Amino acid sequence: MEHNQYDAIVVGSGISGGWAAKELTEKGLKVLMLERGRSLEHVKDYVNENKEIWEFPHRDRPTRDMLANYPVLRRDYPLNESTFGSWTDENESPYEEIKRFDWYRSYQVGGRSLLWGRQSYRWNRMDFEANAREGIAIDWPIRYEDLESWYHYVEGFAGISGSMEGLDVLPDGNFLPPMDLNIVEKDVAARIRAHYNGNRHLFIGRTANLTESRPEHNRVQCQYRNRCWRGCSFGAFFSTQSATLPPAMATGNLTLRPWSIVTRVLYDKDTRRATGVEVVDAETNEVIEYKARIIFLNASTFNTTWILMNSATDVWPDGLGSSSGELGHNVMDHHFRLGAAGRVEGYEDKYTYGRRPNGFYVPRFRNLGNDKRDYLRGFGYQGSASRTGWSRTIAEMNVGADLKHTLTEPGHWTIGMTAFGEMLPYHENRIYLNRDKTDKWGLPILAFDVAMQENEYAMRRDMVFDAVEMLEAAGVKDVQGRDVGYAPGMGIHEMGTARMGRDPRTSVLNANNQVWDALNVFVTDGACMTSASCVNPSLTYMALTARAADFAVQELKRGNL
Amino acid sequence: MNRRELLQMIASVTGYAMIGSPVLMSACSSASPARGLELSASDQALLAEIAETIFPRTTTPGAKDVGVPEMIVRFVNNTYEDLDQQEFHNGLAAIRSDTLARYGQSFENLPAEQRAEFLNTLNQTALGYQRPHGVTAHYFIMMKQLTIYSYFTTEQVQTGVLRMLPVPGRFDGDYPYVKGETAWSI
Repeated sequence: MEHNQYDAIVVGSGISGGWAAKELTEKGLKVLMLERGRSLEHVKDYVNENKEIWEFPHRDRPTRDMLANYPVLRRDYPLNESTFGSWTDENESPYEEIKRFDWYRSYQVGGRSLLWGRQSYRWNRMDFEANAREGIAIDWPIRYEDLESWYHYVEGFAGISGSMEGLDVLPDGNFLPPMDLNIVEKDVAARIRAHYNGNRHLFIGRTANLTESRPEHNRVQCQYRNRCWRGCSFGAFFSTQSATLPPAMATGNLTLRPWSIVTRVLYDKDTRRATGVEVVDAETNEVIEYKARIIFLNASTFNTTWILMNSATDVWPDGLGSSSGELGHNVMDHHFRLGAAGRVEGYEDKYTYGRRPNGFYVPRFRNLGNDKRDYLRGFGYQGSASRTGWSRTIAEMNVGADLKHTLTEPGHWTIGMTAFGEMLPYHENRIYLNRDKTDKWGLPILAFDVAMQENEYAMRRDMVFDAVEMLEAAGVKDVQGRDVGYAPGMGIHEMGTARMGRDPRTSVLNANNQVWDALNVFVTDGACMTSASCVNPSLTYMALTARAADFAVQELKRGNL
Repeated sequence: MNRRELLQMIASVTGYAMIGSPVLMSACSSASPARGLELSASDQALLAEIAETIFPRTTTPGAKDVGVPEMIVRFVNNTYEDLDQQEFHNGLAAIRSDTLARYGQSFENLPAEQRAEFLNTLNQTALGYQRPHGVTAHYFIMMKQLTIYSYFTTEQVQTGVLRMLPVPGRFDGDYPYVKGETAWSI
């Protein structure tokens, strides 16, 4: 007979779920962490980590079978042989696109913490105030000051490398030493600083890769292989496996159960509290109930909301948290896939050593200070400079020995940067349950009805134009602005659908990430976001999770939960 | 390839990203059956001579030395979708008939200079090609790309021609380069 009673249940084992498990177990709670996908052990299961390109049957390119079976994943770069197996089976777990929505999912222990881009930025003060000031959606119930010490805490443990820049728009943090810009990036940064009188900045990205080893955590500093997404036995980048899971396990308080699809939160309408969760075993289809005093939903933005929508439907037909009418609404992502690139003259006697898993960052400069645009919010750029390799096509060159020898040597330097823009929360951008269609386990699927609006389209003009202008100002040649097209979801920064707020009539969660209608249910993944900022969101999920876990344990001790 | 490098990658290729590159692939292309057109042994023999003309043996290995023809067949059979496979097969037929019409000889029987001349003319044609809807590129662009990709991703070239650095251990963004030194592997 399986032990079914815990102090806390954490649903999901990705970035925020891992943090929840670590914090709650370290505070003494007996925790059950449920993961719907496969088990994946640190080091042992990184099966492609040390393969070289020629060891993949199709040299890491997707096959016809992969393309046919992954109609969503094939829309962008992630489909390849080296990460195959880490992505959700699209035949088993379909979803419906009222409008095109690209949903990149990973059902495995560690989730997308093993696949993420690792760029880690704090939100700034303005990000938390913008909704209220501009009358957009609803106000955040918290401010930067509420999260500041938690940012400091999670940066310290996760290991974020970065440089101190002293900018209000991108607050500095508790950083490890920064990685280096290369020689071309340094010169471009200096020219941009001079041209814009110190009002635009280009510096090394802040990334969750260690630049100093931490033997006490069994983590070794980054080896500059740039193959993080295959798993890293050095534990150099932050993932559930490398960082949050080991200390949680070391407490002896954690039980991790893979292949466990949480189908609903069990809700007691008399006490107005959750009592546990119902799970279907993904392998055996066995239905099991687990009980706990508190529940953390960290199943990734849309699956967290899916669980809420499927819970307490006898009380609220649209699910737990739907009393506000906002559950499933206000879907956000970062819109991107546009910017500029060009050729850098000179530096023929310079090259780089090592493959840096990081690039440069240009923080937001629009709608700041006296700058006013015809749209709200702004965008940042991420990019890099490098010498081209053999994959450059030299169209005009004849075939033969010269072509081969030319491509054997490094080519000219190029530099490019891609903008990531803030998307506003729109009530009409929503997901909902389609109970007429089901997945492999007979569970209803999600339908997506999400689109960019005028504010995003207006911003996109600047996102290309400003990139071209900045690179040209830095002396880059043949600068080309490009918008290669974006569909919601491609940013893989899903946010919203169970937003935090100050009023249960307009929000799903309160200021401590508690579901208003069931205060012992916490949501601390991307679903909780009230607006999107333009910076990569994962660090903020970490901070919100650590903060909510601390609050939850205090409330338990006070007898309030 | 990651998202940060997206624009740079697009800028660095003149005209086309790698065929089958998901980045630039049409999102609405339909699923293909598991098996499509298969290249034959005689196709592979012709491809071997085309690939060797693109990348001949010099002081470094040629395309045939490192198994490029076999890899091209594998790529086209297993990774190309239907319309691109069709373009590729049509291309092989066109090369066969065009060489016969122009030289009265099959491509395989031409001397090296005429093979190169023929392919360089084809290269010019390919640059101005108006590709049909759903076709990623002219067949000669495909052949050239597959030769380059297959060649540089072989163990022999990665370890013996390029400079292999499996675990760099550090990053130096201001590293000296002397003309003539080869590029790093992958």
